[in-house]
Amino acid sequence: MSGSVLEIKNLHVSIEDKEILKGVNLTIKGGEFHAIMGPNGTGKSTLASAIMGHPKYEVTEGSITLDGEDVLEMEVDERARAGLFLAMQYPSEISGVTTSDFLRSAINARREEGDEVSLMKFIKQLDKDLDLLEIDQNMATRYLNEGFSGGEKKRNEILQLLQINPAIAILDEIDSGLDIDALKIVSKGINKMRGENFGCLMITHYQRLLNYITPDFVHVMMQGRVVKSGGPELAKRLEADGYEWIKEELGITDETVEQNA
Amino acid sequence: MAKKMPEMEEYKYGFHDKDVSVFRTERGLTRKVVEEISKMKEEPQWMLDYRLKALEHFYERPMPQWGGDLTELDFDEIVYYVKPSEKQGRTWDEVPAEIKETFDKLGIPEAEQKYLAGVSAQYESEVVYHSLKEDLQELGIVFKDTDTALKENEELFKEYFGKVIPYSDNKFSALNSAVWSGGSFIYVPKGVQTSTPLQAYFRINSENMGQFERTLIIVDEGASVHYVEGCTAPVFTTNSLHSAVVEIIVKKDAYCRYTTIQNWANNVYNLVTKRAVCDANATMEWIDGNIGSKLTMKYPAILLKGEGARGNTLSIAIAGKGQLQHAGAKMHHLAPNTSSTIVSKSISKQGGKVSYLGLVHFGRKADGARANIECDTLIMDNESFSDTIPYNEILNDNISLEHEAKVSKVSEEQLFYLMSRGLTEEEATEMIVMGFIEPFTKELPMEYAVEMNRLIKFEMEGSIG
Repeated sequence: MSGSVLEIKNLHVSIEDKEILKGVNLTIKGGEFHAIMGPNGTGKSTLASAIMGHPKYEVTEGSITLDGEDVLEMEVDERARAGLFLAMQYPSEISGVTTSDFLRSAINARREEGDEVSLMKFIKQLDKDLDLLEIDQNMATRYLNEGFSGGEKKRNEILQLLQINPAIAILDEIDSGLDIDALKIVSKGINKMRGENFGCLMITHYQRLLNYITPDFVHVMMQGRVVKSGGPELAKRLEADGYEWIKEELGITDETVEQNA
Repeated sequence: MAKKMPEMEEYKYGFHDKDVSVFRTERGLTRKVVEEISKMKEEPQWMLDYRLKALEHFYERPMPQWGGDLTELDFDEIVYYVKPSEKQGRTWDEVPAEIKETFDKLGIPEAEQKYLAGVSAQYESEVVYHSLKEDLQELGIVFKDTDTALKENEELFKEYFGKVIPYSDNKFSALNSAVWSGGSFIYVPKGVQTSTPLQAYFRINSENMGQFERTLIIVDEGASVHYVEGCTAPVFTTNSLHSAVVEIIVKKDAYCRYTTIQNWANNVYNLVTKRAVCDANATMEWIDGNIGSKLTMKYPAILLKGEGARGNTLSIAIAGKGQLQHAGAKMHHLAPNTSSTIVSKSISKQGGKVSYLGLVHFGRKADGARANIECDTLIMDNESFSDTIPYNEILNDNISLEHEAKVSKVSEEQLFYLMSRGLTEEEATEMIVMGFIEPFTKELPMEYAVEMNRLIKFEMEGSIG
């Protein structure tokens, strides 16, 4: 069985009547790692939230499909169960709910009633993933994200990625606020997912993350659109020369979505 | 977000069974009714005198004008005493079949077999079943219904009855003192510690019935006890009244925990006076869950009378449509180095209202005393209300007092986060609510925690807007 296909066509998204995405086209297939780069305020995180169905973002035009199914018709939880996953930039804190209880609920949400994951099997896999991500065992019994450091929250997002094992994951600035050691560990977790049944879209400001997770495709976003795509060499060029040359090439003065092209 | 709205289930304990009572007083509260109750119970003269004095005080005392609206509570419409059967059972077989069936439905005998040290079951005004495990009897623990204790342990009874909460304390303590019936009496001798809880279960079955149980717990020096009570009532079109008085004496170095899961139908007025007195180094804990009722007014109090005494109150209140949970806590620091914590968690939904009313008092002798108050409210929708009214009285400079109040809503971000992991909106909301009350449920004995979670889930169904 080969992987899923997430297809985004001419996607326009508004927040409070202000248009942020102005026609994004992107296709992510199982086995592929994509990176979306771009300066602040160009619509990268909006794309991530819109794919997952955040209620604040309104899709005004275009389509998103997963293996041909209309994602825009699905509720957030249905998108998740269909195979999408979003590692969030700012994950919420849920007081009173332990990380392990939450993980088990998330896993069981994908299984039929009566076919819940057995406790032993769950714990075994959890221990393995905690070890891989070098997370202290006690995180499993701490309340979800409550009092977690920035780095712990990011690792926890990747822990969830490993546990849930989605078809397509979007990682929204998973590298922000991580020191180099933490970045290596998080990257190790993400690389573990590689395989033909897993597609990934990484959103990042920095080339740094891509030193550890080599993307197959690199896209640059400006003014709410993908303005340039290429291979890993594009990321290297951005690292060396910044974004100015792209702006010059395309005649863009203000790359943010504030600017109407 | 989610389109489907689950059906609101009915209150599970709302059934009522056939009236099998062998005696009931006429409606309304007269001197004759009080005399009749006392006579039925063959009480000593001093108790009748006490009841009649309390009745006079009840008549004189005006209705409280604060808290909830009591104007619909008609004292003339209530039946103050209903005797459900001729005698009390020691085994379930001795309990009248109809009543046994009720408690079977409520799962009481099953619970006893599994994890309780002693059980008392009160139906209407009288305790119909009572048992205490033999090994606990041998340790000298007394666990009886309050009427039997008056007969069999009169001296001990007289020494403590009405001492923590005099009839003149408030209008409803006067009412209870005049017409009290049933309740639990517990005495734990010096140094005796029990680990399994003692439980009482209170059930109202009749319409317009008033249940006035009276509970008295004495924990002697160095002893410890955990008492748990649960309450339910059928749903009727007219209102019922539950007005209990609970007095607790915790002596030097002793420990008492009193856990209540009150799940009255939402036409019950629940007006309860609960107070404990702690001697030196004693600890009292109220674990108080208020789910049902039309109006609850309840402020469990602890008098920290001896040096180093500790008091904890941990409560949750959930108010839905047409309900007011006016609940809180009182802590009186009357001795040096006493400490207390109050954690109040409340949830309002579908137009319900929760109010926290609390008092923390530091007397002149309360050197080095510490108090910590935390009030958290979760409001489920835009029609529901919450308020927090904390009073502090401080007569000593050398104390510390912390107060934290937090009001939150189930946030869009939290829901999005949980749903993005595959949980439905309902499951996500439930998870947030369960997490909110987790500090409470984790204090309950396991079986109660399971039941509590079930109740909350049940309460939360249909509350997603």
